[in-house]
Amino acid sequence: MSNVILSVMRRDLLIARRRQVEALLPLGFFVVSAGLFPIGVGPEAHVLRQIAPGVVWVCALLAAMLSVTQMFASDHQDGSLEQMLLAPQPLVGVVLGKVLAHWLSSGLPLVVAAPLLGVLFDMHAGSIAWLAFSLLLGTPILSLLGAVGAALTLGLRSGAALVFLLVLPLTIPALIFGTGAVLAVDGGQSPQAHLSLLGALLIVTALGAPWATASALRISMD
Amino acid sequence: MNYLAQQPGLRWSTFSAPSRFYALAGLCVPWMWAACVLLAVAGLYVGLFLAPTDATQHDAYRVIFIHVPAALLSMLIYLVMAFWAAWGWIFNARMASMYARALAPTGAVLTFITLWTGSLWGKPTWGTWWVWDARITSYFILLLLYIGYIALTEAIDDVRRSAHAGALLALVGVVNIPIIYFSVRWWNTLHQGQTIKMTGTSMEQTMRLSMWLMMFSFWAYTFAMAFTRSRAIVLEQEADTEWVKALSTEKGFNPAGTKP
Repeated sequence: MSNVILSVMRRDLLIARRRQVEALLPLGFFVVSAGLFPIGVGPEAHVLRQIAPGVVWVCALLAAMLSVTQMFASDHQDGSLEQMLLAPQPLVGVVLGKVLAHWLSSGLPLVVAAPLLGVLFDMHAGSIAWLAFSLLLGTPILSLLGAVGAALTLGLRSGAALVFLLVLPLTIPALIFGTGAVLAVDGGQSPQAHLSLLGALLIVTALGAPWATASALRISMD
Repeated sequence: MNYLAQQPGLRWSTFSAPSRFYALAGLCVPWMWAACVLLAVAGLYVGLFLAPTDATQHDAYRVIFIHVPAALLSMLIYLVMAFWAAWGWIFNARMASMYARALAPTGAVLTFITLWTGSLWGKPTWGTWWVWDARITSYFILLLLYIGYIALTEAIDDVRRSAHAGALLALVGVVNIPIIYFSVRWWNTLHQGQTIKMTGTSMEQTMRLSMWLMMFSFWAYTFAMAFTRSRAIVLEQEADTEWVKALSTEKGFNPAGTKP
């Protein structure tokens, strides 16, 4: 199983590295969309500081959904996904490898870029660190849930737009706990409760979503 | 109705055949509409004229006779929809999948009515149309889940894939139902706690009577809508079968002709 996960992950990361611009598009979207908020709501520092965690988190959600449709699309087009379904190796392993590769290539860059946006939004240093940490726990959830949506909408004409509609409602708990952690720090409290819940959410999602994705792939390729 | 008569002995799976379900549902629909209207008239009469005015909320509280049944059913319909969708997926039963699909729009409408009447009640009572309170937010998410389910099943042309993908999505969404239910306890919020409890209620008798009448009226409405819609879906998906063709010549219309 771990062999499958690693080899699929290595393959997808290699593909991502060969198409660097395409892999970094979600990051570009993340920075641009978050950068629009100060222009839209005005440059007052206290307002920006207040909305920063929510804005960064929502933009991360949208950026993740934007890239997640690509997880299976090209493999579906050239037929290699069919081979993966027929292969004796467990499909869940393939899914996990793909999710890991997606997170490393488009989720992790968001975590790295988040402190920069935090500075742009005039956040305190302590809040910035917890924002990055909450995204570190939260972005894998987005990749995992996004994989379910991507598998369900595989090959559909309106697939890209549908993923937003299907997956975003399911990510709301992650959004609540992720931003809640940062807001707790801002309010002088410990972020531990929110982060624990976010961690629990990550574990539950990691246990359920790969199997749901594998079933969705079988349904879609039936 | 001769499809019913043709069947000598009823088995538990008898009505999982679309043709027989179609006939049975057709028999039930007028009765369900009648029950819906009669119970609604009675319930609204008791609720609007007989039930006393509330001491603190005045007449604004009367919206609960619509709000509570709609809220309860919109949650329940999601569970029932997920159940039949899963049944259709596991046992490859077409009728169960069709029925799940027929339930979705009614559930979405009732969720919308819940939010709408809730905001009508919130304005005079809380002084605002909308609060991002945990339970309201959960219902908002429930509405999004319904819309997602409808959008997904409509977007997929292949009948089998559409049904099974919808089932998977509905099952994933079921995780949301307990969150709705427990959200009131999890977060400290504006929404008032439950009034109807398993052991005794804090409600006046006529209010309770009206509530029950409206509850059954909404229930009948749900069946009427779901049966009517599933009959339409059956005709659409079974347009090529002999019995639908026989039906169309008998009734003088041609459902197969609308969809090549």
